[in-house]
Amino acid sequence: MPTVSVKRDLLFQALGRTYTDEEFDELCFEFGLELDEITSEKEIISKEQGNVKAAGASDVVLYKIDVPANRYDLLCLEGLVRGLQVFKERIKAPVYKRVMPDGKIQKLIITEETAKIRPFAVAAVLRNIKFTKDRYDSFIELQEKLHQNICRKRALVAIGTHDLDTLSGPFTYTAKRPSDIKFKPLNKTKEYTACELMNIYKTDNHLKHYLHIIENKPLYPVIYDSNGVVLSMPPIINGDHSRITVNTRNIFIECTGTDFTKAKIVLDIIVTMFSEYCENQFTVEAAEVVFPNGKSHTFPELAYRKEMVRADLINKKVGIRETPENLAKLLTRMYLKSEVIGDGNQIEIEIPPTRADIIHACDIVEDAAIAYGYNNIQMTLPKTYTIANQFPLNKLTELLRHDMAAAGFTEALTFALVARTTLLPGLLKTIAANRKMPLPLKLFEISDIVIKDSNTDVGAKNYRHLCAVYYNKNPGFEIIHGLLDRIMQLLDVPPGEDKGGYVIKASEGPAFFPGRCAEIFARGQSVGKLGVLHPDVITKFELTMPCSSLEINVGPFL
Amino acid sequence: MADGQVAELLLRRLEASDGGLDSAELAAELGMEHQAVVGAVKSLQALGEVIEAELRSTKHWELTAEGEEIAREGSHEARVFRSIPPEGLAQSELMRLPSGKVGFSKAMSNKWIRVDKSAADGPRVFRVVDSMEDEVQRRLQLVRGGQAEKLGEKERSELRKRKLLAEVTLKTYWVSKGSAFSTSISKQETELSPEMISSGHLHPLLKVRSQFRQIFLEMGFTEMPTDNFIESSFWNFDALFQPQQHPARDQHDTFFLRDPAEALQLPMDYVQRVKRTHSQGGYGSQGYKYNWKLDEARKNLLRTHTTSASARALYRLAQKKPFTPVKYFSIDRVFRNETLDATHLAEFHQIEGVVADHGLTLGHLMGVLREFFTKLGITQLRFKPAYNPYTEPSMEVFSYHQGLKKWVEVGNSGVFRPEMLLPMGLPENVSVIAWGLSLERPTMIKYGINNIRELVGHKVNLQMVYDSPLCRLDAEPRPPPTQEAA
Repeated sequence: MPTVSVKRDLLFQALGRTYTDEEFDELCFEFGLELDEITSEKEIISKEQGNVKAAGASDVVLYKIDVPANRYDLLCLEGLVRGLQVFKERIKAPVYKRVMPDGKIQKLIITEETAKIRPFAVAAVLRNIKFTKDRYDSFIELQEKLHQNICRKRALVAIGTHDLDTLSGPFTYTAKRPSDIKFKPLNKTKEYTACELMNIYKTDNHLKHYLHIIENKPLYPVIYDSNGVVLSMPPIINGDHSRITVNTRNIFIECTGTDFTKAKIVLDIIVTMFSEYCENQFTVEAAEVVFPNGKSHTFPELAYRKEMVRADLINKKVGIRETPENLAKLLTRMYLKSEVIGDGNQIEIEIPPTRADIIHACDIVEDAAIAYGYNNIQMTLPKTYTIANQFPLNKLTELLRHDMAAAGFTEALTFALVARTTLLPGLLKTIAANRKMPLPLKLFEISDIVIKDSNTDVGAKNYRHLCAVYYNKNPGFEIIHGLLDRIMQLLDVPPGEDKGGYVIKASEGPAFFPGRCAEIFARGQSVGKLGVLHPDVITKFELTMPCSSLEINVGPFL
Repeated sequence: MADGQVAELLLRRLEASDGGLDSAELAAELGMEHQAVVGAVKSLQALGEVIEAELRSTKHWELTAEGEEIAREGSHEARVFRSIPPEGLAQSELMRLPSGKVGFSKAMSNKWIRVDKSAADGPRVFRVVDSMEDEVQRRLQLVRGGQAEKLGEKERSELRKRKLLAEVTLKTYWVSKGSAFSTSISKQETELSPEMISSGHLHPLLKVRSQFRQIFLEMGFTEMPTDNFIESSFWNFDALFQPQQHPARDQHDTFFLRDPAEALQLPMDYVQRVKRTHSQGGYGSQGYKYNWKLDEARKNLLRTHTTSASARALYRLAQKKPFTPVKYFSIDRVFRNETLDATHLAEFHQIEGVVADHGLTLGHLMGVLREFFTKLGITQLRFKPAYNPYTEPSMEVFSYHQGLKKWVEVGNSGVFRPEMLLPMGLPENVSVIAWGLSLERPTMIKYGINNIRELVGHKVNLQMVYDSPLCRLDAEPRPPPTQEAA
């Protein structure tokens, strides 16, 4: 779940009122957010690097807010404020408009070389924007949040934002050999080739995580302007030439990637969030992208989609009885402008470009339920009538566990992570960690082991094993053998080879002392082994006493 | 009277007494052997601080058996005196009386009688006085009445010489209330003996697992098979409408298998429907609009949740016509490539509940959750909107923690997305509600364990396993020990 950090006072100023921490926490809970932490830059630095380093840092109060992973429209202060203000019905959701420029449209031409590495690109222009320090910081931070989440650490989409006034279109998005790419990257004072940069960034704590995306490719993606100025080498770094500052007025935004849908969503999110600060609020200047096949597309899409959902469906799914008008009102509060149409039971919902998470009627139902208030919904019990059954293997396991304890053995619970084929090592490790305990140690575990098996769909199969060990000054083979007899008695398996009984036959196994190992046959099949462990095994587990063990497959006794 | 009854009587008398009581006096009052009271004192002393008993020894005079007889029937000399009629008695006859020998000489020296040796048929004894005072009997009766002090030292020693009186030492207890005085006796248990702990013990986490199974069974939920740790990405993610670029499908979060690296068989008809739903949408969905790859779906992994098993169970259910409503549950191990810390391990147990029926609502989900958590002893619930890739609507479940004085998350829940259910073949009006939580978290809270490594794995202290109490989830936790007033 992404965490967005916002300055409290800035947030309250934008919301037009102040809250106590508790009030704001309550508001977040209701809306599906979580006020995770209240802190300050100073506190963060002092926690991470000590008080000395934190000395000069700001002590402005920060709210760290957890945002649901699919709500990209809430990843910055601007979006959070807009979402909450609409929720509280203090403002109406703004309408985002794509406008054509007065002059020539900015063009981005994609060449076919990109096809193999990063085939998609979209672009847009924010015209006459007015940044402040806080707005600028938020703009940078939003890109970072998008990169970490929907962009999947830049693998799916990478964002580049540029001062349009330093560039001259049309722009070309192409792919070139690393040695043929040379430019001055962001925050550097001289030019480097792409090869050099990849080396330099290997030690860069931030950028080193993205190098693998293109590192081993023959061609690297790169964007030029008409004068050959490098805008960016996605998904690694932008050029220094077109860097944006607080004073930048016109921003060219490009998003490149391997997932076209996500690239369009990311672009929509950035421009809807920050067009708020443009001279013509909530308008975005279109850009044209020409694909290798020659086809032109205009971005950002800023698509508004209409969905139709019946009011009784919402009521039925949530378990409430609201009028269609009320439901439309609830949805409108969730940034989904809605109205009742047709026969009076239909609700028409407008999905804005900010709500890419709405892909099905069930998403609309959820928003209606959130606006209604989850905790206002009447709890009822379904009339579903069913008879319970236990999974037979687990039922047998439960019964056996209790009687193993009654037989004097204590239950262990060891890790299965290695997808082990035997339970014995886990029990021996448990003994090794408990050598200080009084002897004898008598342990058991009933759990699954995994064996490769090409007859199953995934190529492996679990088996329910029962393993027991006896650790004392004497090997206690007779105790383990007695336990086997007891287990067979519990399972109602008689001794002897006839009538599905059980026998043990001299055997050998790498874990056992020669001549002190037997294979257990029951119901006509081999089910496991018992015996005295080999001294090598005992010492490898750093044990010092003799030990006998038993391990059987429980499955055949179902 | 049994020992315990005497002790109880003693305690009750002691409670009513002012300061304390004497064991001998109590015995006298109760009309019983002093020794019985002493026995009760000793058994109470063994309990610790219930009573305090101070040993006291007192000397007193007691009649001997002969003395008793004399006190009752008179001294020998008196008896001799009384046996002589006015006409006298032959000496030989007198000597044959039981008190004859001793009584004759004493009566002679008291000058109560005389002997006439001149009588014809041998010496004859006559009274000298008409009456006499039996001083010996009177004195002995005084002693018997507890008034030995009224006798002079000389008189007592004379009686002692005659073996009629003896001085005895009596050991008694002065009993007073102890610091832990109580009239109800509770006998302290003995220490744990090796015999008592040589029995086997069940693991606390699995004791809690048993209780959760029990709760689900009580609620009519059927247990799903979960005996496959190794799962394909298809059932673990794709079937749940979790897109192939989802961060959970990253190497960093999931353990993928090298061998067997790929699932050999997938239900291809169903796979096609899943592919279409992801890449193009359908069933009323926009889909995720990306290039869905079969290779990605085939990748084997250690299952990251038991919801993969729920997906398999729901798919099997969808193949049975007509649809029948079900309630399912499972509790089993899942594996995640997590950052390990005090509360996170790379494997844990997931508890999952699922209900599939026509027309289930969010209100139903909340109602089932309320019943489920009530059985855990959690009654204050609150629901928070949340996001899960395969449920919509989704809600996190919070409960009010009395100790922490705040709301804490206790589970996650939601209604499975139509994009997950409809490709399986479930009818359109069937809803499936589900919830999940970890087994470890409630267990750690229940048994007051702060570090998960003290609960799970081979490093656990067996003493903890030996000592862990029963798991009664709905019973009030033991209150913390209160500071004793100074």
